[in-house]
Amino acid sequence: MAVAKPASPAASRLDGLTRPPGGGWLGAARDAALSRLQGMGLPAPRDEYWRFTRPADLNAAAPAPAAPVESAEAEALYDGTDRLRLVFRDGAFDAEASDALTGEGLEIARLAEAGGTDIHWAADLYGALEADGQSPVPRPFAALNTAHATDGVLIRATAAVSRPVEIVYLHEDAASDPILHHVIRVEEGASLTLLETGTVGARCNTAMEVDVASHGAFHHIRDQGRAHARRTNTHAFARLGGASVFKSFTLSLNGALTRNEHVVAFTGNDATAHVACAAIGDGRQAPMHHDDTVFITHDAVNCESRQVFKKVLKNGAVGVFQGKILVKRGAQKTDGYQISQALLLDDDSQFLAKPELEIYADDVACSHGSTTGAIDEDMLFYLRARGVPERRATDLLVLAFLAETLEEIGDEAIAESLRQRLSTWLDRHAG
Amino acid sequence: MLEIKNLQVKLEEEDKQILKGVDLTVEAGKVHAIMGPNGSGKSTLSYVLAGRDGYEVTGGSASLLGEDILDMDPEARAAAGMFLAFQYPVEIPGVGNMTFMRTAVNAQRKARGEEEMSSAEFLKVVRARAKDLQIDAEMLKRPVNVGFSGGEKKRNEILQMAMLEPKLCILDETDSGLDVDAMKLVAQGVNALRSPDRAFLVITHYQRLLDHIAPDVVHIMSAGRIVKSGGPDLALEVEKNGYGDILKESA
Repeated sequence: MAVAKPASPAASRLDGLTRPPGGGWLGAARDAALSRLQGMGLPAPRDEYWRFTRPADLNAAAPAPAAPVESAEAEALYDGTDRLRLVFRDGAFDAEASDALTGEGLEIARLAEAGGTDIHWAADLYGALEADGQSPVPRPFAALNTAHATDGVLIRATAAVSRPVEIVYLHEDAASDPILHHVIRVEEGASLTLLETGTVGARCNTAMEVDVASHGAFHHIRDQGRAHARRTNTHAFARLGGASVFKSFTLSLNGALTRNEHVVAFTGNDATAHVACAAIGDGRQAPMHHDDTVFITHDAVNCESRQVFKKVLKNGAVGVFQGKILVKRGAQKTDGYQISQALLLDDDSQFLAKPELEIYADDVACSHGSTTGAIDEDMLFYLRARGVPERRATDLLVLAFLAETLEEIGDEAIAESLRQRLSTWLDRHAG
Repeated sequence: MLEIKNLQVKLEEEDKQILKGVDLTVEAGKVHAIMGPNGSGKSTLSYVLAGRDGYEVTGGSASLLGEDILDMDPEARAAAGMFLAFQYPVEIPGVGNMTFMRTAVNAQRKARGEEEMSSAEFLKVVRARAKDLQIDAEMLKRPVNVGFSGGEKKRNEILQMAMLEPKLCILDETDSGLDVDAMKLVAQGVNALRSPDRAFLVITHYQRLLDHIAPDVVHIMSAGRIVKSGGPDLALEVEKNGYGDILKESA
């Protein structure tokens, strides 16, 4: 009988990584991140922010294999929406499948080629927002990402860019373990929509640093794919200037382990940040665990933050929500809203929520709520009494439950594509 | 059309008998009214016929067009022609009223092996019928019953009835919470649907709805049984003298 080695995972993942090539500013940023990482070490199950999600799979030297399911789906999701596509195949940039790295109002470069060049705006940001986001809560995998990311895209929007940029992830290798790091700078008054689509790899670690200057707008719409055994670990760090807008929506289907962290800091007044996620999982074929961890810091006046997180769980699927709103002294007129809800379709599934508010200003409106419930029997009967079969009625109610998150997407065509994707998932997971 | 024989029903979770042997036959083309004091079992009868959970049939039978319905799922009963206009229509946030009605219409058609209605055809029909009930485009767009007034909810029930074209329509206290104008509108909607091959069972506390929806037969229900049946005059008698005399007489 094979005996598993005693776990010393923290050492093993770090030992297995080698520093990617690339000197200059990138090398310096990596060195700094590595020393941050060494300072905090990898997470242990007793760490406050890892109590509900076991870090072992992310700490392990090699990923557990994950069968790919859906390259074609990811590629076709937004057919009908004109977009600039950048394709990563198991973390490796596929130049042939990608569009040219140019677009009106855009500067785009690849991280893998950026080390020796003087891309000053990226040099100022790479690892900087991540470093800021390490306090008060350490995020070791984000530091690991900054230190070891092999590639990613650096995008600067200098105007209102109408054509979305899509990063398409194709997962074809059951043992891939990519680490990607993207840096986005939206200049004053500029705007950009970024789509991230598909499963990045069998196990992945992606980080995104987003700096939105005053009156800029950034829209992020992500579909994390539906591979059952995928282990997905993401961080999004945002720094928001005055009167800027940041909106991030994530759709996550299945996944043995998904941990999405959002760290948003308001540094200018009158800005808006909306973060939303719809996660749906069926634990019948494989375990499903989805964790949303959010930290929003209000350090400016009259900013609005809104968190809408909903999960639909069945057959032993597990959902986690850890969301915090920190309102610093002086951040008056803050409007902070947070809702996290789970719809449990059976008794085996569970939802663990830790909403937190920490407020040091006295003229603010902050609210949060968290609910866990089953399908409403009265609604179900009403639908069935009109002739809608039970399964279809349940699907309608599931979609209705998730609708509030999809409303966070500004673009109706994109929202409709994701609604369709949800319906298809429901059809596939009937019964 | 509807044939109920000695129907006995108790609450599933409690040892409480609600219906103690109901006998009722409703013929095609007729309007039957059931009146009775609070707690007599009128609403329970409507729920049991529609197939709601929480009740246990302990005896008797109920059939619709000759088909035993008590073992059927609610959706199968609906497809067979049963429609219950709810006393308290349920709000369903996130499900558009139009989506809901179109899903229901096509689910029933599919269950009966009929061709589904196209979006264009559905839209045309629903607009025309909504107009008759003074239901505006905004109400059709909103989530099912969310933010509707009491009268709007009841009109929405009648609109669903008009779209689904059931064989047997059960109206459970459709008059409750309606002002006179709204009641007239609802009654007009119901009367427009009266036809030789459709039957109605109107459950109400008061006679006033029956001024607008003229019944062929009136039944008085009390303590889980139908204790008296008669013509439209019976409703007038209740209105004038209350239930007291009738119940005494039948005891």
